[in-house]
Amino acid sequence: MKERLVGGALMLAIVGSALFIAAYVSGGARIYEGLALALTAGALSAAAAGWALWLLPDERVADRIVTYPSRAAERRAQRGEFRTGVRAISRSRAVVRLLYAALGACAAALVVPFRSLGPAPGDALFHTRWRKGARLARGDGRAVRVDDLEIDSALTVFPADALGDPQSQAMLLRVPERLAPATRGYMVYSKLCTHAGCPVALYRAAAKELMCPCHQSVFNVLDNGAVVAGPADHALPRLPIEIAQDGTLIATSDFPQPVGPSFWERG
Amino acid sequence: MLERFLLWVDDRLGTAHFVRHALRKAFPDHWSFMLGEINLYAFIVLVATGTFLAMFFDPNAAKLTYHGPYALLAGTRVSHAYASALALSFEVNGGLLVRQIHHWSALIFLAGIVAHMGRIFFTGAFRKPREINWIVGLALFGLAMLAGFTGYSLPDDLLSGIGLRIADSVVLAVPVVGTWLSFLLIGGTFPTERIIPRLFVAHVYLLPSLIAAFIALHLIVVWRQKHAQFPGPDRTEHNVVGSPLFPRYAAKSLALLAAVVGVACALGALVQINPIWLWGPYEPWNAVNPAQPDWYVGWLEGGLRLGPPWALHFLGHTVGSPFWPTVLLPFVLFAVLLVWPWIDGAIRRDRDAHQLLDLPRNVPWRTALGVALFLFMFGLTLAASGDVQARYAHLPITAITTFYRFFCLFGPPVGFGVTYVIASELRATGGVQQATRIRLRRNAEGGFDEELLR
Repeated sequence: MKERLVGGALMLAIVGSALFIAAYVSGGARIYEGLALALTAGALSAAAAGWALWLLPDERVADRIVTYPSRAAERRAQRGEFRTGVRAISRSRAVVRLLYAALGACAAALVVPFRSLGPAPGDALFHTRWRKGARLARGDGRAVRVDDLEIDSALTVFPADALGDPQSQAMLLRVPERLAPATRGYMVYSKLCTHAGCPVALYRAAAKELMCPCHQSVFNVLDNGAVVAGPADHALPRLPIEIAQDGTLIATSDFPQPVGPSFWERG
Repeated sequence: MLERFLLWVDDRLGTAHFVRHALRKAFPDHWSFMLGEINLYAFIVLVATGTFLAMFFDPNAAKLTYHGPYALLAGTRVSHAYASALALSFEVNGGLLVRQIHHWSALIFLAGIVAHMGRIFFTGAFRKPREINWIVGLALFGLAMLAGFTGYSLPDDLLSGIGLRIADSVVLAVPVVGTWLSFLLIGGTFPTERIIPRLFVAHVYLLPSLIAAFIALHLIVVWRQKHAQFPGPDRTEHNVVGSPLFPRYAAKSLALLAAVVGVACALGALVQINPIWLWGPYEPWNAVNPAQPDWYVGWLEGGLRLGPPWALHFLGHTVGSPFWPTVLLPFVLFAVLLVWPWIDGAIRRDRDAHQLLDLPRNVPWRTALGVALFLFMFGLTLAASGDVQARYAHLPITAITTFYRFFCLFGPPVGFGVTYVIASELRATGGVQQATRIRLRRNAEGGFDEELLR
């Protein structure tokens, strides 16, 4: 009876294999291919388990642990051989020291090429592509005009000459005009979260807060991007802007602080 | 046939002595000893499926305009990497199945490793003489996490790009060398076109080779040392009692291999995982919410959400808030685990070798400590999906975060206390009282042996 069950499982594995080939040849529906493979493997598993539990003798064997530690005489002999060798090597102390120095120099030489992996950081993290007079543009390059945004709405903007530049990405918001009269309610914040660099993509207009979808840091846009909640450790940098005479929005300088997460040289 | 082959090998290598003993090698029968084997088999599935995927994946960050069968992305600018991941999902027969089996196997691999480590920790299997394999296992755990992370970062979809952005911010939070490290790792300011090719080298060559090498070392050491065993009749500190490798244990282990393959295939067939076409290609200014990493990175992601908003400023330098949960915590965790066999030995004032495992209840403080660590990590991991929980529970995300902050602060001490009391009580009473049980075993001669069960 039990042998029949094991045999049945093995037959099922053959059927499963055939089904898989059929599923593959007939166009490869993922679910059928996968289920056929699962059936094959499952049947093989059942067969092997049944075989092990029902058909094979359930013996006990006891292995004695004799391979370690080695016998004391062996250990003494090992120590003796090692010491003899070390004595032979260290007869000339000066050369041994030179050997260490040479190996150290070698290692240092092998580390140097790692320098090729990337450029020096320099001040790359301190600047973005925003500068005085840079026009605010949408991702597709269209400039933003002063009547483009409804109050309490937000838009991702870039410098017009650096569309899609990750470091320069910024959130343009419009709050009621009385809250920022000089720019008719417009304000711009870096879109790089100061915590872990995710895009601060959620603008909660009612609370006047920007929220990061990754770790839920919350920044107050009416308080120069100050951290309200969450793990961010410093405020979201704010881009100074003005309204140009032709009605477009332009930056008056780069961000006053480095954008994105903290780093060692940030100060 | 096989018999003749063994003789052929023995003629040339003299293996008969080794093989004779290997065939009768004792493998303890307790189910928890098979957790490690699950990992071995999951790794085999990973290598097999990963090789298939590598035939089709193009680790190239340069952009093209997508014109594949997934109509919703038609005309979108995407990287070659993303396009090839879509192509192997939609245009290669069996491609999506293999991709999903690969991803599910990675989750199983990591889950098996954590479970296996738990068994080793709670039963004191890391004690002398098994410190070497504890360290090798710990290295495998770290390598497996890296392999998983580099893997799901490869397709260049929106989620993986955000994950990489966060990882780069973690690197930037490393004191002193962080900025340089970031620039050398990714070749510039995030994101760069070098990231995907470098991840590919790490994921398909460097990490799998290291994992394979460490697995080999792990197995060689366990073979040489032989298994530890739970206390029981006939079991001493100088032997190991169990089923012989051949034929019974080999058959059981084969059943487990097939079961792992079967489960991975069933999951790959039925349970969708990482549908990259829904997330879309990575653009640095796009984000999705809710968004979570694979489960084994959850403790780091959760740590980032719960972590304190503290930055250190001194002498014109900054250490940012990601430092605490994602630089300091993993460093301390791995450092303590690395030297744990010696800490544990010092606490127990024990330098002897052991073949008999501790029953967890018999070392209440260690068990309690393990439970406390588990609760801490569990809290961090759950916090990583706080945004999903907020959505379903209709609670503000800040309330969820506050809850997990309290959970991670107070859960572990409470868990420690409760476990300590229960374990001490069990130790004092000798465990749950059970009737004496006898098992009849069929022996090689066709008769039956009686075995007294604990």
